[in-house]
Amino acid sequence: MMLQAAPDPLMKVENLVVEYSVGGKTIHAVSDVSLEIARGETLGLVGESGCGKSTLGRAVLQLRQAVSGKVLFDGHDLTTLKGEALRQMRRRVQLIFQDPIASLNPRRRIGDIVAEPLVIAGVKDPEERKRRVAEVLAAVGLDPALVSGRLPHEFSGGQCQRICIARSLVLNPEFVICDEPVSALDVSIRAQILNLLEEMKARYGLTLLFIAHDLAVVKAVSDRVAVMYLGRLCEVGPSEQLFARPAHPYTALLIEAIPVPDPDVRPTQSVPVGEPPSPIAPPSGCRFRTRCPRADARCASEVPELRLVATGQFAACHHPLI
Amino acid sequence: MTSALLSVENAVVDLPTPRGNLRAVDHVDLAVGAGRTLGIVGESGCGKTMLSRAILQLLPKKARLSGRVMFDGQDLTKLSAEKLRKLRGRSLAVVFQDPMTSLNPVLTIGTQLIETIQEHLELDLAEARQRSIELLAAVGIPAPEQRLAQYPHQLSGGMRQRVAIAVALSCEPQLLIADEPTTALDVTIQAQILDLLAREQQRRHMAMIIITHDLGVVAGRTDEVAVMYAGRVVERAPTPVLFKQMRMPYTEALLAALPKLDVAPHTPLPAISGRPPDPTRPLKGCSFSPRCRYSGERCGAEKPQLSPAETPEHLYACFHPIAAKVSA
Ligand SMILES: Nc1ncnc2c1ncn2[C@@H]1O[C@H](COP(=O)(O)OP(=O)(O)OP(=O)(O)O)[C@@H](O)[C@H]1O
Ligand SMILES: Nc1ncnc2c1ncn2[C@@H]1O[C@H](COP(=O)(O)OP(=O)(O)O)[C@@H](O)[C@H]1O
Ligand code: SF4
Ligand code: SF4
Ligand SMILES: [Mg+2]
Ligand SMILES: [Mg+2]
Repeated sequence: MMLQAAPDPLMKVENLVVEYSVGGKTIHAVSDVSLEIARGETLGLVGESGCGKSTLGRAVLQLRQAVSGKVLFDGHDLTTLKGEALRQMRRRVQLIFQDPIASLNPRRRIGDIVAEPLVIAGVKDPEERKRRVAEVLAAVGLDPALVSGRLPHEFSGGQCQRICIARSLVLNPEFVICDEPVSALDVSIRAQILNLLEEMKARYGLTLLFIAHDLAVVKAVSDRVAVMYLGRLCEVGPSEQLFARPAHPYTALLIEAIPVPDPDVRPTQSVPVGEPPSPIAPPSGCRFRTRCPRADARCASEVPELRLVATGQFAACHHPLI
Repeated sequence: MTSALLSVENAVVDLPTPRGNLRAVDHVDLAVGAGRTLGIVGESGCGKTMLSRAILQLLPKKARLSGRVMFDGQDLTKLSAEKLRKLRGRSLAVVFQDPMTSLNPVLTIGTQLIETIQEHLELDLAEARQRSIELLAAVGIPAPEQRLAQYPHQLSGGMRQRVAIAVALSCEPQLLIADEPTTALDVTIQAQILDLLAREQQRRHMAMIIITHDLGVVAGRTDEVAVMYAGRVVERAPTPVLFKQMRMPYTEALLAALPKLDVAPHTPLPAISGRPPDPTRPLKGCSFSPRCRYSGERCGAEKPQLSPAETPEHLYACFHPIAAKVSA
């Protein structure tokens, strides 16, 4: 696979397969996905609900066991690590969830919530914990003296997301997976949190995997973008280039569907009616073929591999747009 | 607006809470005519849903509503519960953000559609069934006959919202209120649902109100837009005028905060700092003043009233409006 982002990527996912089994049936949530993320890079991951974005993120973190494939973090295969070695590695990788309010324990005080990763990591000195919590709370724009003693329900969605971000940064991780961190937030608060993530990235030297279903949100923060459909990657490329010249028909469809805040741009009526098929029985060949205007016989029989279509841009399509 | 089908006049909704009175809707005036679409835009908690519930007379029990809601010549706030119930099925329809709010989980799609139709129109079972199939086909549901036997949980979110729209349209309403009909859906499904609503609205010459927090959703799909902030309408204009000549700093800030595809990655977004005021602690002056970059002394002391700009259809409530652009 020629998906190299850099000679020495921080995160490298190779041929990852993740399945769930429900009532004797297999859900093909992630099928043969390979990705690389360079040090200091933000990779955006987009796709419709249920396409496998969160599953991929969870499998990367070893919160869900993969059926096959490798997850190489800084050269170590996380899928084979166990016990203390895995714990050590996990401190360097953190996760921020979509629903900020639900991911905070309602009965614990903010100071304790943010300190929890330090406790788990074995930081015994309470003074040091307090100092680090105060530092990270201030970094995300909250006043430690005002918020530490309060409970989650006293905060708005945007503030809860700031608290979640603080909790994920308190151990000084190198790699953070942001799983739809702004989807539950309003337009105005969303902009605040996106700016905060960018600031934190610069300040802590982070590498990010940024998951979202909103392309404009993903473009705002990502160096490169990966587009996923029904468990497979369709296209990967530099953000600007991918949005200016999408090669995969599904990427083009996603871009077309974005509502534009300009009354002179009439909404296109070309979005095909239809929804993603079931991941229990994905279509043969190209999984997008049931909704694709360019599909032909080959698309039904042969799985398209990711191929280079332009500098740094790869698409899995037999009849790419470029 | 002489011939408005719906006009909301001076509507105020107060809700008692442990923290004191909460004014969810604060002196709102709105109107929408047959065949027209009105967009209502604003952040979470600004009162959009309470306003639509006030129109439908579906407010929480403890809520107090004052003002008038004139629909087709009658004041809905004065109608009996029985008359309202008839009207809601027949002339006034609603689609909610979560389709499960409008659908009954223990009844099949067919039963729900057929019962709604039979309750309001004089059709026999076979006719009502035929009508249901036509409606499901009209909202883009493949194999509509088979769907009649299915339950809501057997459908995807997008399909459920289509069914909820079919139920809402089943009695040919004169007014359809769609409260964030696509917020819970993906972009491609969102575009399909919005297209569907626009198509049915045109075909039936219905009046429609689309409620959303996304200015992008209303841009190409409404005739008029009302922007709400802290319970009040702060700017109202025909859609093209609003986007070309917005005068209210809040509208401008809301549009600027949207991430846009034509902006390079890593460009800081012009975020609106802070958040809306606590609705139980109303501000003396302009509610937007703590967050507004144009705010002056008068803004903190006095409430700006909604008043006309250059044209009578364009209203805004601001002491220091954004300068009108000089047209070339
Ligand atoms: N049943 C209720 N009792 C008391 N207060 C309520 C009730 N429902 C809503 N409110 C309050 O009324 C105000 C307006 O609420 P409303 O639900 O109309 O806002 P909204 O714009 O629809 O927000 P969202 O986008 O979150 O649905 C908010 O401050 C909210 O907290
Ligand atoms: N715990 C689970 N058990 C069974 N199926 C699951 C589970 N979690 C996710 N799935 C299924 O796996 C697929 C991918 O899910 P997910 O990764 O959560 O999608 P996304 O995050 O893109 O919305 C979906 O079809 C989903 O229904
Ligand atoms: S491989 Fe065929 S079906 Fe798949 S996206 Fe390309 S043209 Fe469409
Ligand atoms: S009245 Fe003053 S504070 Fe309010 S929007 Fe206008 S300039 Fe800003
Ligand atoms: Mg998810
Ligand atoms: Mg609402």
